[in-house]
Amino acid sequence: MVTKTRCTLKELMIASASNELREGEVVFVGIGLPNVACNLAVRTHALNLTMIYESGAVGTRPERLPISIGDPALVTSSLSICSMFDVFNYYLQGGRIDVGFLGGAQVDRYGNINSTVIGDYEHPKVRLPGSGGACEIAVHAKRLMIVTPQSLRAFPEQVDFVTSPGFLQGNHSRQKLGIPGAGPQVVITDKGIYRPCPETQELMLVSIHPGIGLDEVRDTLGWAVRVASDCSVTPEPDEAVLQVLREKLGSF
Amino acid sequence: MKTMTMAEAIAQFVSNGDTLVIEGFTHLICFAAGHEIIRQGKKHLTVCRLTPDLIYDQMIAAGCVDKLVFSWAGNPGVGPLNALRRAVEQGVPHPLALEEYSHFGMVSRFAAGAAHLPFMPLEDYAGSDLPEVNPQIRTVECPFTGKQLAAVPALNPDVTIIHAQRADKEGNTQVWGLLGVQKEACFAAKKVIVVVEELVDTATIRKDPNRTLIPGMIVDAVVVEPFGAHPSFAQGYYDRDNAFYKDYAEISKDTASMQAYLDEWVYGVPDRATYCQKLGPNLDKLLAKQQLCEAVNYGY
Repeated sequence: MVTKTRCTLKELMIASASNELREGEVVFVGIGLPNVACNLAVRTHALNLTMIYESGAVGTRPERLPISIGDPALVTSSLSICSMFDVFNYYLQGGRIDVGFLGGAQVDRYGNINSTVIGDYEHPKVRLPGSGGACEIAVHAKRLMIVTPQSLRAFPEQVDFVTSPGFLQGNHSRQKLGIPGAGPQVVITDKGIYRPCPETQELMLVSIHPGIGLDEVRDTLGWAVRVASDCSVTPEPDEAVLQVLREKLGSF
Repeated sequence: MKTMTMAEAIAQFVSNGDTLVIEGFTHLICFAAGHEIIRQGKKHLTVCRLTPDLIYDQMIAAGCVDKLVFSWAGNPGVGPLNALRRAVEQGVPHPLALEEYSHFGMVSRFAAGAAHLPFMPLEDYAGSDLPEVNPQIRTVECPFTGKQLAAVPALNPDVTIIHAQRADKEGNTQVWGLLGVQKEACFAAKKVIVVVEELVDTATIRKDPNRTLIPGMIVDAVVVEPFGAHPSFAQGYYDRDNAFYKDYAEISKDTASMQAYLDEWVYGVPDRATYCQKLGPNLDKLLAKQQLCEAVNYGY
């Protein structure tokens, strides 16, 4: 089945991620697609979203899409610029962050994230950048969102290295460790949208993108994914949202 | 008076085998200091930074570094740090030891060092594999609640180097824009070198004391080095040279291209002023536009 869509899959990922952010929330913004999605949300439905970047920019409204999390354009429109000590201690560990928003090289069936190494730690096949702030964001954000393209390599049954904890081995193992944040509540890829099963915390397919078949979803996941009984087709963004994305933030 | 040239400051305060920090999170990364360390052929350094960035990558390529302590190693938005990867994967130019934390872990290490505490507790790393590969990340029990917390050891560098917008000749240093972890990294260090865009009178500092991040009492050397942070940026002075960060993937792609860059832009220039002349009009394009804030009344 081929469905003609008005937008690219990347645009659909960004718009779907943006939709998850609610007006008035405080979001800790990671670089890459999370950065684009948050900047779309504040320009469309969540005008009072507070964006916090780990570089210390709090409540920023950058006029250009920040190229890095330390872009000077973040500074010129912030409500506050604070030290990184303040960001991690008072904002994040202090419990002020509603949503953490991360990408990652690998995500597994329980939403654990790897951004450290592919393969063995001492003799890695690929050395990735490392945690940055991801580990503590995954620990402390009241809820976590993950957005990353889907492939067999990126979505193994179990990550090679847990940089940032998701639901660990599932079955409430995260909760039992007393980790403050609730963990990943949504994973958005270029194939579909996943949410944790309330009992096992295994990621379940809840929405499939237009034009994507279930075989394609299964062929690019390292485990036999459960499909929610009410699994739907991801709605495409409104024309107005697409226009803001393309005109203000770029082509994706 | 603590003012001196970059060559003098590095010769006097950075020794082979030192634990060295050049801090600045995206903003105010002192490339001028890193280049002078390479020119002076410093060896066996343990270098610490949250984000090694291109400057540590170049110092690794030049053979200055034995060990890297970090929390995020990449060229932001571009890709990996190639010289770092060659050192880790192939031992080129020589093997490199890694000690890895998260940002919060590194910030906490500097904060403990600055406060002269042996360690800092933090609520982090539960469920993460990081403590398994770094035995320096441990746990401690809260003596009041019994709660298990992570603990990281103090980091007290031999030398911390930061870049800033302005200071007086005694090293009272004012910074605006992103502040990173510079205050903690300076207070934690045995010696501090401050590199600034501009030298100002102490009277200027005293008029706006809230903007002083680093007091002169902990500063050993003040180096005036305009554009000393390029290709990083200095808020109010010049923008980040994003094109250079992008080009660096190609510049650093193999040892020959990396060496050619170092030969031309580091060994091939005696100092930062010559580097800036060589960049010429490319630097002018980065000059910041004016965006002043309103003055505040300090009167009483």
